[in-house]
Amino acid sequence: MVKPKFMEGPLKGNFASAYAAMDADVDVITAYPITPQTTVVEKLSELVGEEEFINRQNVEYVRMESEHSVGAGLVGASYAGARTFTATAGQGLLYMTEMVHWMTGARLPPVVAIQTRGITGPGWNIWADYGDILSLRDSGIMIQFIASHQEIYDSIIQGFNITEHPDVMLPLFPAYGGFVLSHTAKPVKRIPWEEAQKFVRPKTQEWPHVWVDGERPIMSNALIMPQSFYTEFRIKIHEAQMKALPIIKDTMAEFEKSFGRGYGNGLVVPYKCDDAEVLLIGYGGNALQAEDAVDKAREQGYKAGALRLRTYRPFPKEDLLYYIKKIPYVAVMERALAFGSPTGGAISTDIMAICQRDPKARNANIVPFIGGLGGRDVFLDEQIDQIKILYELKEKGEVPDRKYKMWDTFWTGLITGDKKVEVENQEYFGDI
Amino acid sequence: MSYSAPRGKENITPHPYGTNTQMHKLMGFPFTMFCKGCGYGSIAQAICRVFKEENLQEELFPFIVNIGCYSSMPTVLPGKTFMTLHGRGIAVATGVKMANPKLKPISIHGDGDLLSIGTNHFLHGARRNVDMIVILLNNNIYGMTGGQLAPTTPMGSKTSTTPYRYGEEPIDAVELAKVSGATYIARWNTSTIRDFMKSFKKALHHKGFSFIEIVSQCPTQFGHKNNLPKALDGFNFIKNNSIRINKAKDMSPEELKGKYIIGEHLDIDRPTLWDRKSQIIEKLKD
Ligand SMILES: Cc1ncc(C[n+]2csc(CCOP(=O)(O)OP(=O)(O)O)c2C)c(N)n1
Ligand code: SF4
Ligand SMILES: [Mg+2]
Repeated sequence: MVKPKFMEGPLKGNFASAYAAMDADVDVITAYPITPQTTVVEKLSELVGEEEFINRQNVEYVRMESEHSVGAGLVGASYAGARTFTATAGQGLLYMTEMVHWMTGARLPPVVAIQTRGITGPGWNIWADYGDILSLRDSGIMIQFIASHQEIYDSIIQGFNITEHPDVMLPLFPAYGGFVLSHTAKPVKRIPWEEAQKFVRPKTQEWPHVWVDGERPIMSNALIMPQSFYTEFRIKIHEAQMKALPIIKDTMAEFEKSFGRGYGNGLVVPYKCDDAEVLLIGYGGNALQAEDAVDKAREQGYKAGALRLRTYRPFPKEDLLYYIKKIPYVAVMERALAFGSPTGGAISTDIMAICQRDPKARNANIVPFIGGLGGRDVFLDEQIDQIKILYELKEKGEVPDRKYKMWDTFWTGLITGDKKVEVENQEYFGDI
Repeated sequence: MSYSAPRGKENITPHPYGTNTQMHKLMGFPFTMFCKGCGYGSIAQAICRVFKEENLQEELFPFIVNIGCYSSMPTVLPGKTFMTLHGRGIAVATGVKMANPKLKPISIHGDGDLLSIGTNHFLHGARRNVDMIVILLNNNIYGMTGGQLAPTTPMGSKTSTTPYRYGEEPIDAVELAKVSGATYIARWNTSTIRDFMKSFKKALHHKGFSFIEIVSQCPTQFGHKNNLPKALDGFNFIKNNSIRINKAKDMSPEELKGKYIIGEHLDIDRPTLWDRKSQIIEKLKD
């Protein structure tokens, strides 16, 4: 046995992704570089040849010529029965989109880590913004928002247990903020190989997705006429999403039992919700910060709670409704813009929709907040202000006004004119 | 790429050609974000010189800049520039050309950009003989994203994705341009900038798809990983591995392995996409 180079200690988020993929015993990795994903695939190119792994695992690593080919490579390898992994971000994910739809249509189970990055236009942006992953929200992939370094590792380890479950067979895209998590380091614990293998789904010949098999020649992806089963096949994808909800929960429960740590029930992570009067719903790193905001606000006498949305697709309707019915003053904070949607935010729109369908949640007050786009910081004060807005709403019965409220949505951190824009590099620009 | 901009105006020696750049027009001084010793600066300067010497009307020669370290070139390029997505420049230029045939787009690419993610546009732009210029800045690596293996990286090089030097066979862009149907093809390097300028001038007057590759040193990403950390190391490495085309004619494929054959590789005439269309229109009118 070779002693692993790293088992425990400060680790960059992207390296946590790389180690997790190796510990989950992947077979094929395809890669194309894009900031802020690069260090995931760089680390993997190193790990595949490291002594610890090379003696027990045979991992194929291919540097493809674009993300489209990366996606196609995963599709091919998955068809042939391999456990597959890659990572990408922003424009890369957009370019891979056609293949992502194929993965779900063909019911293939890769895990793809996303280091979210602002979408191009106007100008390039490489910082945290979930617009990239949310552009695929209805493609059939499962989407999880990750908030910490350890959670990156743990989510990828759990990933294949969910995607390869015979009732699911859909890809999972765990997403975390570019740079915020990808390039910072925090303590991370790896799971020793034997223990990890006891947890991770064993690979068997009975794998449902071994399609390319000389023993059982089949034809896949042929033309389906309108009167044939196209509708039914598409509904099957939706059904698989619905079936994934309890499977994600079970996987998290089993993980917690095995390793003593967990993230809520796998779908949502509540914080001080028991006695809360107002509720902040968010996702990713900002939602973790909201827990600090809750603590600070409680010091000032505001009884707030926070709920972190961890799994977005499938949508954890019941879990969200449970808390919303208990705490009907809700702020939904999003770090992505859904242009032209009812609130500007995909998730607040979804939450409003589930409330509408439940008679007991119909009167809940859902207040949409959007901020932090393209990596702009969201400050603790701003989140505390969200809590205050909810209290004003609770006391006066109507949503209060703020300078940064437009079209009934609050645009957190907006440059409104009161705020002085700090010019970076004052010295350089001198008197210009 | 680095952001080692000089602090304060007083440190900047005004460059004779700097006055042609967009940055000079906006800010009153030239400025680049290239690393020290990067070859891209000299190339941009050469382009500026040609624009000045030829007295070109900037509006007619829009630069279409793709994604890589050269994406910061607009600050030191003359004329109108706009950025596209990674690899899409030639398709965008085709659109520009079709919308306004008076323009002659100049698309600036890197090796990662043109020879991996954007290769299909390269083949089809050349095949259609779109009247435009493609400049390939070949630094043998994905520079901007941190030095990963590119389709041009010499076999056995160390990169951030080939820590064990497990390489792949590199691509030869000039050969690719030839078989795809480009009508003017040249390759130069950073030690033959004057030749590059001559080629660029020729391409400006050439009607059809012109392709010029220029091999450039990248001390930061390629150099550091491959024992060529200083600008001059990379510069000399490329220089010593380059062979003029007339000399290369008498050499065997084994002798030419891993060498850059520099010079003018092709200069022919063939109807452009626009020509063929006008011919058909004329015919239909008769
Ligand atoms: C669709 C997409 N995938 C990946 C990227 C990330 N990316 C930006 S620059 C670059 C590499 C550029 O390499 P090259 O063209 O050789 O230019 P260099 O930086 O070496 O000059 C990559 C992969 C992107 N911008 N868009
Ligand atoms: S090509 Fe290399 S040397 Fe030039 S700016 Fe990019 S990383 Fe720096
Ligand atoms: Mg390059």
